[in-house]
Amino acid sequence: MSFILFAEQVLNGLQLGVMLFVMAAGLTLVFGVMGLINLAHGSLYMVGAFAAAAVAGLTGSFVLALVAALAAAAAAGALVEMLVIRRLYNRDHLDQVLATFALILIFSEGTRWIFGSFPLFLNIPDYLSGPVTLPGGIQYPLYRLTLIAIGLAIAGGLFLLISRTRLGIQIRAGENDREMIAALGVDISKLYTIVFALGAALAGLAGALVGAIQSVQVGMGEPVLILAFVVIVIGGIGSIKGALIGAILVGLTDTLGGVLLPELFKTFMDNAAASSIGSALASMLIYILMACVLIVKPTGLFGART
Amino acid sequence: MKRETILNAVMVLGLFIVPLWAWIADEPFIITLTTKAAILALAGVGLNIALGIGGLVSFGHAAFFGLGGYAMGILASHAQSYAPIMESPFLIEGTKSMPVIWLAAIITSGLAALAIGALSLRTTGVYFIMITLAFGQMLYFFTISWPAYGGEDGLPIYVRNGFPGVNTLDPIQFYGVVFVILMAALFFTARLIKSPFGLALNAARQSSERVETVGINPYRLRLMAFVISGMITGLAGALFADLNRFVSPTMFSWQISGEIMVFIIIGGVGRLFGPVVGAVLFILLEHILGGLSDYWHIYLGVLLLLIVLFARGGVIGTLAGREASHD
Amino acid sequence: MTDPVLEVRGITKAFGAVHASKNITLDLRPGEIHALIGPNGAGKSTLIKQISGGLRPDAGSVWLNGEDVTPLPTPLRARKGLGRTFQISALAMEDSVLQNAVLGALGAHASPFQFFTKALSQKDLRDRAEQALDRVGLSAHADTRTSELSHGQRRQLEVAVALTLSPTAFVMDEPMAGLGAEGSQTLTTFLDTLRHEAPILLVEHDMDAVFALADRISVLVYGEVIATGTVDDIRQNPKVREAYLGEEA
Repeated sequence: MSFILFAEQVLNGLQLGVMLFVMAAGLTLVFGVMGLINLAHGSLYMVGAFAAAAVAGLTGSFVLALVAALAAAAAAGALVEMLVIRRLYNRDHLDQVLATFALILIFSEGTRWIFGSFPLFLNIPDYLSGPVTLPGGIQYPLYRLTLIAIGLAIAGGLFLLISRTRLGIQIRAGENDREMIAALGVDISKLYTIVFALGAALAGLAGALVGAIQSVQVGMGEPVLILAFVVIVIGGIGSIKGALIGAILVGLTDTLGGVLLPELFKTFMDNAAASSIGSALASMLIYILMACVLIVKPTGLFGART
Repeated sequence: MKRETILNAVMVLGLFIVPLWAWIADEPFIITLTTKAAILALAGVGLNIALGIGGLVSFGHAAFFGLGGYAMGILASHAQSYAPIMESPFLIEGTKSMPVIWLAAIITSGLAALAIGALSLRTTGVYFIMITLAFGQMLYFFTISWPAYGGEDGLPIYVRNGFPGVNTLDPIQFYGVVFVILMAALFFTARLIKSPFGLALNAARQSSERVETVGINPYRLRLMAFVISGMITGLAGALFADLNRFVSPTMFSWQISGEIMVFIIIGGVGRLFGPVVGAVLFILLEHILGGLSDYWHIYLGVLLLLIVLFARGGVIGTLAGREASHD
Repeated sequence: MTDPVLEVRGITKAFGAVHASKNITLDLRPGEIHALIGPNGAGKSTLIKQISGGLRPDAGSVWLNGEDVTPLPTPLRARKGLGRTFQISALAMEDSVLQNAVLGALGAHASPFQFFTKALSQKDLRDRAEQALDRVGLSAHADTRTSELSHGQRRQLEVAVALTLSPTAFVMDEPMAGLGAEGSQTLTTFLDTLRHEAPILLVEHDMDAVFALADRISVLVYGEVIATGTVDDIRQNPKVREAYLGEEA
């Protein structure tokens, strides 16, 4: 395989990785601070994508569409937090899984009811379309490069938020000892709603950004959600750093594995068999990766030590 | 306890009488619907051993459901095409005999549950939920990419498999087979709950430490429970595939894992007949509400949410009250 | 001198910079109650965990009946005769008193991998369970759900479950915690007779009980045993007085 092809795949892996990070960051924050597992995170991703598609369709502006995605997802997140999620903080994981699973059903069917079953289209704006020539002669879509940049910027922003701001301190303290910060006068309710809405906004943004290169349809969020869970399990639940490293690992493994494994098999098998076996194995690769990490470190790479 | 026993008896009676009535009234569709409910209930009985008694939130039980289904699919498709599965080093031919298929389904899912459980049970809490989900997904994606048995499109099986002495194509007779299996599984589970194994497993759910300090290794208990649970759900998968005469990767999907969990919760988690009540309600809702609205999943979601938030014991819990603490 | 039933030799455990256990050596002899006291944060729970098997020491060993049980996990130590009660009750709350007791008997004397017999119908298990309940005075409550028991009754149940193991040594973590005067008195009298069946390593804060029961006392401060001796020895030991009372002589 040529260097250019390989470099493209690495970049694709990186792009998948950072978008997974944006998704996983919200998930791991909510779990770290509130101890809550939220299956409806994928629905918020979908809400963001639909809001963006709708607004883009109306106004033609991609920027407005992104703003709409952030706003709609954050609003949906805040609403859901106040109505449902806050009743779950003291419940066991099974209840949280079931209740948020119920939310998935409600969100999915609700969206289908409003928008119908056919996918919507969100187009990459003109100023971001087309390839860019990178050193080494690689031609890579500008849009995907933008996604990588946005993802890394969000990572940087989150690190700053957590380490430098008041909110960040509350979040870090909350991860360690919930009762303590309540005793210290922090408004827990508001903190939780803000954290949840922040996570939701990130999911919505990811949905909108990725929606432009895939389609915007009901159920788009769940496959990404499951990948995000794999990411935070690998990285360690509650750790943003773990989420970033886990996400990039998963993104690269999935993308490169999907390309390299069939090639590997082609060296000793015929093309057709190699393609099918190779891609079948490649699809399992990230789960195998996760299983391997968990054998060595049952709470993930950067998770709390048991 | 008394109320719960009455409720259980009503369910058994209902599962016996309704299909009989449907047979007499010549409504084969209702027989098929009841069969579907009974099979899904069986899948739930399996999961309930791990989840309800063991406290193991396995979000990947579809893995076993699918494996059971594909055990059936692979064996039956090789039989109907007259091509053996393997010629060397052993000759393995397909088969359309249900008992053989069930054995294959049980063994396959049991082995898978052993492997998955051995790994997953080393983790706890959210990690356990995620890793079981991930294993289900692994099998789902693998089956989609593996072209030999239909891949994404699935595998149709043209003729229903055979059971000695029974005309399995006749809906009521097929239902009879399923009914007997479901009752056997329920009987087995009832014995299990009262057995030393059930006592220890249930105690381990409440306090791992307590169980350790009396000399019992909770990991082994849970692994055994997981394997038994996987085998029963696997058997349900084989029956489901036979009912629909179709196997597809969706049997491995996380939605199926979620749905099986939903039946149990709606019926009453940890209750013997919880999965039965839940599956029956689910099928009823699907049929009735589904006829009214295309978006009936919203109502299912709302119902589930209400139950989780306000009626945690499910239908049985609400109707029969708290469980008695012993027999 | 008779051989000790339970021994810890040179137990050392550090969590990062915190030295929770520093070269701790002590033993438990037949027929005795050996109390372990010390201010909060002394490392008593850490030591108990290392004795019962929930925590691996960095160095040192644990011996039960002359056998090195250091590499063994908790369930195996229990099977070899180590009975344990918890400071915060660890009981199956949804189950009945009898079920908890039968669980204890099951763990020590039978295999949990029996699927078809009824646990409560197995004569051997049931007898052991009922005997243990009888000894602690809980027979009347055999069918009560554990969550409905009073705090004192739960403490009794903890002891009963430990009894079903037919242990050769008891490790009790603050059994008096939360008991009123009457409950403490009853438990104290009970433990006094229990010692002859199996010696007790007793971690306690309740000084009345300690002085009434203990044959020997070890004082743990900042992970180290600063003194071991009889009640009078310890009462007069200047290091102990300093640790508990500050500079007062």
